[in-house]
Amino acid sequence: MKAERWMKWLLGALLLGAMQLALAGPAIQHWTTANGMRVYFVPADELPMIDIRVTFAAGAARDGDKPGIASMTSRMLTQGAGGRSADEIAQAFEDVGARIGTGALRDMSWLSLRSLSDPEYLEPALDAFTRVLWHPDFPEADFLRNRNQQLLGIKAGEASPGKIASKAFYRAVYGDHPYGSPVEGTKESVEKLTVDDLKAFHRRYFVARNGVLAITGKLTRAEAEKLAGRLSSGLEPGEAAPPTPPAPALKEPKEIRIPFPSRQAHVYMGHPGIERGNPDYYALYLGNHVLGGGGFTSRLVKEVRVKRGYVYSVYSYFLPMASQGPFQIAMQTRGSQVDDAIAVSRDTLRRFMADGPSAEEIEASKKNITGGFPLRIASNGDIVEYLAVIGFYHLPLEYLDTFTKEIDAVRAEEIVAAFERHVHPDSMVTVIVGGGKEE
Amino acid sequence: MLALGLAVVARAGDEVREYQLENGMKVLVKPDHRAPVAVSQVWYRVGSSDEHSGITGISHVLEHMMFKGTKAYPAGRFSAIIAENGGEENAFTSRDYTAYYQFMGSDRLEIAFELEADRMRNLLLPEQEFQKERQVVREERFMRTDDKPEALTYERFNAVASLNGPYRNPVIGWDEDLEALTVDDLRRWYRRYYAPNNATLVVVGDVDPDAIFKLAAKHFGKLDPSEPPVVKPRGEPRQRGERRIRIHAPAKVPYVIVGYHAPSLKTAKEKWEPYALDVLAGILDGGASARLTRELIREQEIAASASAGYDLTAKYQTLFLLDANPTEKHGIDEVEQALYRQIEKLKRELATPAELKRVKAQVIASKVYELDSVQRLATQMGALETVGLGWRLMEDYPERIKAVTAEQVREVARKYLVDKHRTVAVLVPESVDGDAAADKAMKSKKESAGEG
Repeated sequence: MKAERWMKWLLGALLLGAMQLALAGPAIQHWTTANGMRVYFVPADELPMIDIRVTFAAGAARDGDKPGIASMTSRMLTQGAGGRSADEIAQAFEDVGARIGTGALRDMSWLSLRSLSDPEYLEPALDAFTRVLWHPDFPEADFLRNRNQQLLGIKAGEASPGKIASKAFYRAVYGDHPYGSPVEGTKESVEKLTVDDLKAFHRRYFVARNGVLAITGKLTRAEAEKLAGRLSSGLEPGEAAPPTPPAPALKEPKEIRIPFPSRQAHVYMGHPGIERGNPDYYALYLGNHVLGGGGFTSRLVKEVRVKRGYVYSVYSYFLPMASQGPFQIAMQTRGSQVDDAIAVSRDTLRRFMADGPSAEEIEASKKNITGGFPLRIASNGDIVEYLAVIGFYHLPLEYLDTFTKEIDAVRAEEIVAAFERHVHPDSMVTVIVGGGKEE
Repeated sequence: MLALGLAVVARAGDEVREYQLENGMKVLVKPDHRAPVAVSQVWYRVGSSDEHSGITGISHVLEHMMFKGTKAYPAGRFSAIIAENGGEENAFTSRDYTAYYQFMGSDRLEIAFELEADRMRNLLLPEQEFQKERQVVREERFMRTDDKPEALTYERFNAVASLNGPYRNPVIGWDEDLEALTVDDLRRWYRRYYAPNNATLVVVGDVDPDAIFKLAAKHFGKLDPSEPPVVKPRGEPRQRGERRIRIHAPAKVPYVIVGYHAPSLKTAKEKWEPYALDVLAGILDGGASARLTRELIREQEIAASASAGYDLTAKYQTLFLLDANPTEKHGIDEVEQALYRQIEKLKRELATPAELKRVKAQVIASKVYELDSVQRLATQMGALETVGLGWRLMEDYPERIKAVTAEQVREVARKYLVDKHRTVAVLVPESVDGDAAADKAMKSKKESAGEG
């Protein structure tokens, strides 16, 4: 017996000539609360639980001249709120087995709650959640402790070749663009942050019109509307954050080598890629699946790992963001062979761009992506994350329904043309960190 | 609420069904009709705890080689076929098991069965592929362990905590052993362990159990069983005093791990004890309101991070673990002593009713949450079955945890968290850029008046 949120129909000949059962995504319900918060909801009554995810355009891209402020604001949300101490807040969730999460990325800050749906469990969790969402207190002592932890985390990152490489990559690819700054900030910038800074940041960005609320689980539309109204009611209406500026393209290649006493060198190559909503998204997604996104069947894995045994992990991806997120190729390999591995990767990319994917590769990747799509939205945990992304980036409500059709419609020449437009092997940043230790 | 949660679990027709093929292979099926997908996993009773010195890491290397082809499906075909059918696939090796999975549309499972049945008995193990894959595994080792100072500390810690016990070697193997491994070693390992009577098939998803059983019989039923391998017990001799090691590695922040020998459900004479140890771990580290975070991180600000861990489902005798990083203001000795003060408090005072209630509520909620992921559910069933505890433990577990009393928690603390049975490993940060400044972080600012 199927759940109601699943609708089936036969696409038949549309799908690769074979009669296949195709599935639409869940039907997404959408509305806006009285004070301007956008809500995305999918009912799922099979399990007695509820998932909530709130996102604000309040990521590190809004840090400005205070790098780390979004990240620090996010970690302080649960450290005392609505008159309750950090202890009391933690206890309120955990006493009913609820799970709270917060975090900051470059585009967004998010809060998540998972709770049992029975009111006896849900109510205490929601009470604590609304305090955290509306009224974080930013107590001075908790702030100082968390700032020290943030600084220690930054310091620990200086001993991680992967972390050093990732930071250097974003800095080199984005320069002074907001995406160039590390999400966690720098030692110098975090040391200067104050409680007043965080309060001002929170006041500006954690507002209803700058937020998106995603809900799934065991509740009806009426219950969801009530819940959404309640969750947004304590937020100021405020204003949506202005768009982040476009990321400028790179004009020339840049290679950065940073010594580190590790067995492996960590390599990141790439440049600014595409923004969410870019019309080439599907062609690039499909093309990249062939190039380095499709795991064991991708060209990069075949060339660098399977044929030559250079790496355990190699992949490429486009990360579409509010502005142009990165196109990136990444791998780790022992220092003595890193130059060869980079040469093979570059050659693989160039040949892919020159010749394009073969008809067989395109067909295999289409089958994997479209056939595997139901796996990606099989759990409530998956669905609430998709809802948040769809809402945050203003993707169409039918995004999940049309995804497989869009992929199926991509033609080989569109992939070649899209890569031509968006991938520039001659002006990529290449960051190589470590690999200096041979035992 | 508990009743409500379990009512959902036990919805008619959706309970776990158990079958056995004539050749000894076990089949477990759990329907979940929320989405038209299913996961299929084949579990083998073999892992690093079956290995001996000289061939460590062989179970994991063999797992890699399982993707390198049979006569019917040459290297690369397995992955290509699963991919074309919209599937996700991979494998994992642990101390007590090796498992292979495909996550697919539920109408595609037969493809996975055919391929898994084929590679259970017909693996080619070509020399050339092995030589390359050995290098891939060494890169994996560098990435996971050699270049991660805390993981390196944990690896060395295990080797010292067990003198003879089966968990002393790392799952990925010692690098020296990986270099000495041969295809013949792998062939012997494969013949010995990859047989239907040493395997369990687990399927969770949008399926009909009887139909799955028929499909399993069709594909796996024709395979011949093997003589089951006999593994010597390799018991751990009683520890007669604290063991302590220091690991010097490029790092910025010191780290300490403390482990006490403790029974698992499989080895415990008193079956309630592992549950009490599990609750004890939850009292120390069941979230941000538990003692380690509340007291060591928030109140005392001695630790930047601190956690406790205990796996009651281990096949052999295991360790109750504590680990921590100190804050900048405190030395590694101080954070270690702070951990011991937590242990002493557990031996001295009873856990509060509120703490027990919290741990139990978390267990009840987790039982519902874990139903959201067919993959997690299948993994839990497969692991329990493969270590010999049986999947039913999954259903009994909440009741067993609910039955644990504060007195029992104190009793296992007193019995097992004993100084003489302790192993301690300390990560000493070595400079990452040439100067010796990092070593200063090791010097504790003041001696702690620890009670431990």
